[in-house]
Amino acid sequence: MEAGARAEPAPGGVDLRESAREHPVAVAFGVIGLIVLALIVAKGVHDVAQASLNGLTLGTIYALGAVGLTLVYGILRLVNFAHGDFLTFGAYMAYLVNVTWGMPLAAAIAFGMGATAALGLLSERVMWRPMRAKGAGFLQLMLMSIGLAFIIRSVIQWFWGTEIRTLDVDVTESVSFLGLRIGQTELMVVIVGIAILAAVAAVVRFTLLGKRMRALSDNLALAETAGIDTRRVILYTWLFAGALAGLAGALAGALTNLRPELGFELLLPIFAAVILGGIGNPFGALTAGLVLGVVIELSTLVVEPRWKVTFGFLALIIALVIRPQGIFGKAKAL
Amino acid sequence: MTLPLELPLAFTLEAFTNVGFWSGVLVTAGIYAVVTLGLQLNVGYTGIVNFGQAGFMAVGGYTMAILVLEAGLSFWLAMPLAVLVTMAFGVLIGLPSLRLRTDYFAIVTLAMAEVVRLAAQNAQGLTGGNKGLYCNFEGVNQTCFDEAWQSVNDSILGWVEGFWPDVDPLLPLLLVVWATVVIGIVALNYIQRTPWGRVLRAVREDEDAARALGKNTLLYKLQSLAISAVLGALAGFYLALFLTTIQPDDYEPIVTFFAFGVLILGGLASYTGVAIGAVLLWTLLEGMRFVELPISEERTAALRFALVGLVLILLMAFRPQGIFGKREEMVLGR
Repeated sequence: MEAGARAEPAPGGVDLRESAREHPVAVAFGVIGLIVLALIVAKGVHDVAQASLNGLTLGTIYALGAVGLTLVYGILRLVNFAHGDFLTFGAYMAYLVNVTWGMPLAAAIAFGMGATAALGLLSERVMWRPMRAKGAGFLQLMLMSIGLAFIIRSVIQWFWGTEIRTLDVDVTESVSFLGLRIGQTELMVVIVGIAILAAVAAVVRFTLLGKRMRALSDNLALAETAGIDTRRVILYTWLFAGALAGLAGALAGALTNLRPELGFELLLPIFAAVILGGIGNPFGALTAGLVLGVVIELSTLVVEPRWKVTFGFLALIIALVIRPQGIFGKAKAL
Repeated sequence: MTLPLELPLAFTLEAFTNVGFWSGVLVTAGIYAVVTLGLQLNVGYTGIVNFGQAGFMAVGGYTMAILVLEAGLSFWLAMPLAVLVTMAFGVLIGLPSLRLRTDYFAIVTLAMAEVVRLAAQNAQGLTGGNKGLYCNFEGVNQTCFDEAWQSVNDSILGWVEGFWPDVDPLLPLLLVVWATVVIGIVALNYIQRTPWGRVLRAVREDEDAARALGKNTLLYKLQSLAISAVLGALAGFYLALFLTTIQPDDYEPIVTFFAFGVLILGGLASYTGVAIGAVLLWTLLEGMRFVELPISEERTAALRFALVGLVLILLMAFRPQGIFGKREEMVLGR
C-alpha cells in the first residue's frame, strides 16, 4: 500500500536516508514486503495470496498499457491522452472479429493488436510527425492527443453505441490450485500478457532496435547525430505502443465488458505506472504496472472495494509529490 | 430531447430564432466561460497547465449543497464558505504539485479531479452517491439546496413578466452567469496590468529569471491557481442551479477537456476570447441537435465528441493561438 509514498526513508540517520535515496527500488519493495507481511498477519495467507493473484490480472493490463505509453512519452515527449482510447479501439476491434464475425478469441486479439498498431502508425504519420517538424510544444501535442481521443471515442460510439457489450469468453469456469481460484479468462490474460511483456522486454533489452529506442529516449537529437534512423525507430515505437495497447484493451474487454469509456478509465492508473516506473523506462513501467495492480487489489482487504480506484489515484498523487522521477527513474530525468 | 425525424437530412434555421435554444446555449456557454477564465489565468498567463477545473467545480458545488442540506446553513452563507473551501483546496493541491514539471502537474491535477469525483460517487452518506444531491426529505418537510435561489428567481421573473409576458424561465440565471463573466473579464484584465499581473507573465515566460529577480514564483503560481479554483467553484454553483441537481457524472474530466476546447478556440492570453470561444463552441454543439440527420441520439452525441476533437486538433495544428489569441504571448510548453 502507498508504495511510492513510503519510498522516502523513515527518519533515522543521514546514511540510511542517503542509501534509501540511492536504492528507491529496494526501499519500495521493502515497504511493500512489510505491508504484505502485516496483511498476512492480519488477514491470513490465503486472503492475501488470493488478492495478489487478482491484482496480477489487473496489473497485467496496466503493465501492457504502460509499456507502450512510456515508450511514446519517453521518446517523443508526447503525453498521449489518446492512449486510453487506443485500448478501447483494440477491444472493439477484437469484438468485431470475435462476436460480429464469430471467429476465435485468439484471432480476435491478434486483429485488435494489429488494428491498433495501424492506428498508432497512422496517428504518427498524419499528426505527430508533421507537428514535430513544426516544433510543436508540449501543450499543443497534449491537446491534440485529447482531440484524437475524442475522435476515436466518437467513431466507436458511432458504430457500436454506448451499450455494454461482452466478448465471447467463458467467465464462469475457474481453475483451482493451492486453495486459490482464478477464472479461466483471468488465467489466460495473465499468461498471454506476461508472455508478451517478457518478449517486449527482451526486444528492448537485447536487440539493436531496443538499444536504439533507449538511445532515442535518452536524447533524440543526439541519437540522430549518431546516425540512427530515428524515423524508423519512432515507427517501431508506435508499432509496439499500438499493439500493446490493443492487446491490453482486448484483454480488459475479455475480463469485464466493452463500453466506450473502457480505455479512458484505465488511462490514469496506466499513467501512474508510467510515472512510478520513471518516464521512458519500459522495465520500470512493466514492474510498476504489475505492482500497482497487486497493491490496488490488496487495498480491498483493508478498504471497501468501491474505493480501490480512488486509492490508486491517491497513490499516484502522493508518489508524484514525494518522488516525481518515479521509483525506477533517475533524478536527472527531471 | 428526441430528434424530430420526419424531415430527414433537412436543416432548419427555426432553432436559431427560438428563444429557448439561445437561453440554454448562453447559460451553458456562460458557465463554461467562468470555468475557462480560470484556465486562461493559469494556462494563458501563468504557464501552469491545470487539468483539474472539473474537480474545483465539484468541490464548490458539493460543499455548497452539503452546507445547505446537512449543516442547515443558508444558501447565501453556504456559497462564500464553499468558495473559501475550494480556494483552500486549490492551495492544498498546488502547494506540493506546483513544484513539479508542467506535464506532471497536468496529470496530478487531472488525478485530483478524478479523486474528487470518485469520492463524491463513493461517500454515499454525504454526497448521495450516483443519485447526487438535490433535496432532503424529513417527513413532510422538504429542503432543497436551491430554494433561496428559486425564490429570487421567481421574484425576478414575476417582475419581468410585467412587461415581457412570455419571458424565458432561465433569464435570471443567464443574467447572473453573464454578469459573473463580464465582471471576471474586467477584473482579470485589470489585475493583468498591475505589477502582480506582470510577475505572472514573467513566471510564464521564464520562471528561473523571475526567481532570480527575487520573486517567490511558487507563491504567484499558488495565487493564480487559487483564483482559478474560485472561478471553478462559482461555475460549480451555476451548473448545480442550472441542472437543479449535483451528480458525480456532471464533473467528469470531459468538462475540463471541453473547457480547454473553449480556451483554445477563443485563444490563449485573451479573456474576451474565452467568452466568445464559449458562445461559439456551444452554439456549434447545441446547434448540431437541430441538424436533422436521420441518426439516433447516440450518434449525435458521438458527433459532438468528434466536433470538439476536430476543433482541438485543427486549431493546435494550424492556428495554435486560437481566434483572438496573441501569437507573441503564446507559451505552449517547452
